[in-house]
Amino acid sequence: MNSERDDRGLDDGVWELRLYVAGQTPKSMKAVENLQRMCEEHLPGRYKIEVVDLLKNPRLAKEDEIVAIPTLVRKLPDPIRRVIGDLSNVEKALVGLQLRPTRST
Amino acid sequence: MPDTRARGHASLPKAPTGIHGLDEITGGGLPQGRPTLVCGSAGCGKTLMAMEFLVRGATEFNEPGVFFAFEETAAELAENVRSLGFDLDELAAQDRIAVEHIRIERSEIEEAGEFDLEGLFIRLGLAIDTVGAKRVVLDTLETLFGGFSNEAILRSELRRLFRWLKDRGVTAVITAERGDGTLTRQGLEEYVSDCVILLDHRVNDQTSTRRLRIVKYRGTSHGTNEYPFLIDAAGFSVLPLTSLGLEHEAANERVSTGIARLDEMLGGGPYRGTSVLLSGTAGTGKSSIAAHFAEASCRRGERCLYYSFEESQSQILRNMRSIGLELAPWIERGLLTFVSTRPTFYGLEMHLAAMHKHIREYDPKLVVVDPMSNFISAGTVHEAQAMLLRLVDFLKARQTTALFLSLTSGGGALEATEQNISSLIDTWVLLRDIELGGERNRGLHVLKCRGTAHSNQVREFVLTSHGVDLRDVYVGPEGVLTGSMRLAQEARERAAAEARSQRIAGKRRELERKRRVLEAQVAALQTEFSTEEAELELLIAAEEQASQRIVDDRGDMARSRQVKGPRGGQG
Repeated sequence: MNSERDDRGLDDGVWELRLYVAGQTPKSMKAVENLQRMCEEHLPGRYKIEVVDLLKNPRLAKEDEIVAIPTLVRKLPDPIRRVIGDLSNVEKALVGLQLRPTRST
Repeated sequence: MPDTRARGHASLPKAPTGIHGLDEITGGGLPQGRPTLVCGSAGCGKTLMAMEFLVRGATEFNEPGVFFAFEETAAELAENVRSLGFDLDELAAQDRIAVEHIRIERSEIEEAGEFDLEGLFIRLGLAIDTVGAKRVVLDTLETLFGGFSNEAILRSELRRLFRWLKDRGVTAVITAERGDGTLTRQGLEEYVSDCVILLDHRVNDQTSTRRLRIVKYRGTSHGTNEYPFLIDAAGFSVLPLTSLGLEHEAANERVSTGIARLDEMLGGGPYRGTSVLLSGTAGTGKSSIAAHFAEASCRRGERCLYYSFEESQSQILRNMRSIGLELAPWIERGLLTFVSTRPTFYGLEMHLAAMHKHIREYDPKLVVVDPMSNFISAGTVHEAQAMLLRLVDFLKARQTTALFLSLTSGGGALEATEQNISSLIDTWVLLRDIELGGERNRGLHVLKCRGTAHSNQVREFVLTSHGVDLRDVYVGPEGVLTGSMRLAQEARERAAAEARSQRIAGKRRELERKRRVLEAQVAALQTEFSTEEAELELLIAAEEQASQRIVDDRGDMARSRQVKGPRGGQG
């Protein structure tokens, strides 16, 4: 029962995404760009993106166990998912975020 | 701290590890400000070595450190090293050590495009800045290869990491699993070119030995051998095999063996800091003499370390009590310590490493190894010989007197050099059975004693209820006799002597008697004479009286005639 509601929530709830970068590197710019495009396409109006610059907040790297940069963390909906890289491989990014649903097909 | 051996001219700056022996063979420690690779198979002590490097750095050399654990959590690590006396929590609270767990879970990570490991760099940088770290450990970096699939990125990031570590000027230790045919599974040795240390854990004949080898150390002369090492309750210790030379001082002081007559035979006892070998067949009393040695040492207030490879401490105490040696009080006063293990308990190197450690910690003046011949059962003869050589060298360098006991097999030549170590031995006392007249007795003689005009005599050696006693053997017209034959011979001689003295006494008595008889006769004659003399005196007196009377009578008569005689004429 729980899982059913969660499945629906996956569609309806707001997605909280956090992108960890380290400074304004080309890679992180690209990641931000790719993420926004992806969200617009698959989660229009239902997403929140927070970009964390670890150069400004280095403590967060330890707290959130970040090793690779850029790292995208799906905080909501549960469970937490992580995708690393500049998200140029959209297919993999969608799988990683579980945004490539198998339900509609 | 032992002297560092290979401290070259203008050598690289080094960060001392504080690990016993390792600083010696590396000539002072790991290359300062550079990464060192420690590789080895699972369970060979990589993490421990890295951790000790860090903890000693923080506690002994005032160099705070950062430990990045890729495999264990901080809590697990703290738990694991607590048994070695390292309190990570305390050190962390004092900001001297930071332990951070880097969790990489392959199943939670999806790779979508280009990435780098800047997050790791940021965390490392932060941790280093927080404690002001001079030392960094990455344990085990190769876990990264399990977490990320893009190897090309990983490799370039590792290259960048090592360069970054160098730029930060931290002395880093990176641990890695040993690979097939390569030093590390992922070829990390490619990136770390300054110092590579290989740890190994080998099992030979069911006994395991840990060994350490410095594969490379750029810019430094270093020991190239495999060095055995030990991990125990006080951490890591490496045993330098060949670093000892023949430079030890020779002492002129003699130490007593605890047996006065043996001291006499050795010209006052063996010199301090020399090695004494006591060899003999089973049951010749080696341990008893060793116990005397130990007791004498304790009496002088000098600590004694007794390795017993055959008997337990309580067994030795009981046995020695039977010959009147009470060792227990010395143990209580901390002057005597027994170490009883089976020689086969671990490999020779481990034995040696363990002994080094005991000796360093306890700092005894006398070490007894009872018996050393058992080491052969823990290795080959050749290995045993090499090990003893190192032990003897080590003890000599410390000016510690050593007593080795050696069990010789009955049939063989007694004086054949055992384990070929006689050249290392300064004093060799041989105990032997002398079989004569249906019994075996113990004989003792000094085979060699360097620097001493030692006795050439064989002594009979007797165990009494008040200790070891050395007696002269009987040497007389009947040959050399020992034991009850000696006693019998002595008894015979005693009887003969007694008979002789009795005969003499008899003659004396006879003479006395004759003198008395003579004197009695003289006395009797004198008595007789004096009696006769008295009688004769009386007779003479009587005669004289009589003749006087005649004279008197005549006078009277004449006078009376003259009164009547004027008219009558002449008659």
